[in-house]
Amino acid sequence: MLFSLRLSLQVAAVATFFIIIVGITIAYFLARRNFSGKELLDVLFTLPLVLPPTVTGYYLIILFGRNGFIGKQIYAWTGWGIMFTWYAAALASFVVALPLMIKTTRAAIESVDKNLINASYTLGHSEFETTLRVILPLAKKGIIAGAVLSFARALGEFGATLMVAGNITGKTDTVPLAIYSLASSGEWSRANLMVIFFTLLSGLFLYIANKLNKGII
Amino acid sequence: MELSVKLFKQVNGFNLDVEWQISNELAVLFGCSGAGKSMTLQLIAGLMKPDKGFVRLDGRSFFDSASNIDLSSQERSFGYVFQDLALFPHMTALNNILYGATGLGKTEKREKAREMIEGFHLEGLENKYPSEISGGQKQRIAFARALIRRPDVLLLDEPFSALDNPLRIEMRRFLRDIKDRFDVPIVLVTHDVAEAYTVADTLIVYSKGKVAQIGTPKDVFDNPQGSEVEILVNAR
Repeated sequence: MLFSLRLSLQVAAVATFFIIIVGITIAYFLARRNFSGKELLDVLFTLPLVLPPTVTGYYLIILFGRNGFIGKQIYAWTGWGIMFTWYAAALASFVVALPLMIKTTRAAIESVDKNLINASYTLGHSEFETTLRVILPLAKKGIIAGAVLSFARALGEFGATLMVAGNITGKTDTVPLAIYSLASSGEWSRANLMVIFFTLLSGLFLYIANKLNKGII
Repeated sequence: MELSVKLFKQVNGFNLDVEWQISNELAVLFGCSGAGKSMTLQLIAGLMKPDKGFVRLDGRSFFDSASNIDLSSQERSFGYVFQDLALFPHMTALNNILYGATGLGKTEKREKAREMIEGFHLEGLENKYPSEISGGQKQRIAFARALIRRPDVLLLDEPFSALDNPLRIEMRRFLRDIKDRFDVPIVLVTHDVAEAYTVADTLIVYSKGKVAQIGTPKDVFDNPQGSEVEILVNAR
């Protein structure tokens, strides 16, 4: 049980780290730039939010499996395959939770008063400086809310993780997968403990995210 | 310094088509809402791109559609005070002012900021956030921030519109004082007749995206040309 908890936190933390970097970048371009295909791109990044996680997992197998488009290259260069490792669990969590970060951050960036951005430009600051010193600090609460939501979602990821990382005891069995195994084998008392702990933890994250989100406007 | 502009811009069925020039004076763009006054400032500052025309200061082009010149806002060094002042809510008064001191060394920045704080009577407010200070004080911070790097032109988009009357009158004196101290072309947008009359060296009257009349306030108010200008000046 402790292994599963530690693994879950490790997977969610690694996934969230990359979600923050990639999510802010994508959200910034969606919020601040106009280019053709922008809304199509938004749909593409949002898809994992509504697709059955098994479908997302299936795409990941096609891409990262040993014979997948990317997986084949990785194997050719390194002799290493990502499937059925905890990295695959982190990848699945990353893809499934990324839309929450993008959606929340995009809304927060769009809510920054355009005059403040223009003021920064007229005071001689570049777009990059303006982003770092005006836009991101003012969108901070939304960004943190997005990161907290993404972390909670990454922590609870099950379907896509099962597809790409399997449910290998002592290797890739995150808490959701461990709960599934415990329930399948009728170990109710341990399952109950994990379920209650997980519910409280996720509730706490949602509460924090809501608190932060209210402060955006 | 001589600021000369010729601007043509079409947006959602509205046509702006204006041409005027001013020297180191306080020019007031005066007219009804929707006449294209604020758009003119945005086009001059590089916050919007004209379809055609030019923006020149002493012969130097900042925008010229004929020779494909289009400098960014950052490269123009035009001070801009927004209608809502656009003070950064997450920065203290001092940091707002320091943020305007681009292109200066650290010590120089501090020195200039100190000068601005004294010059604009902002002592004691350095560590306060915009939400903690009054309208008139915010105004002065916005001016200090726009002026700290000694811009070549000062553009003011109805900066006094949120103030009540006694404070507005005080701010007119403040504006004349700024003009004397900084000696750069100043363009003030307003639709307040009394403000236009009392502060302008030159009055540029806008009507439906065109310049209806240019002259000293006395010229314009004594001899309004055309019925639209007459209606505007008679609102006194």
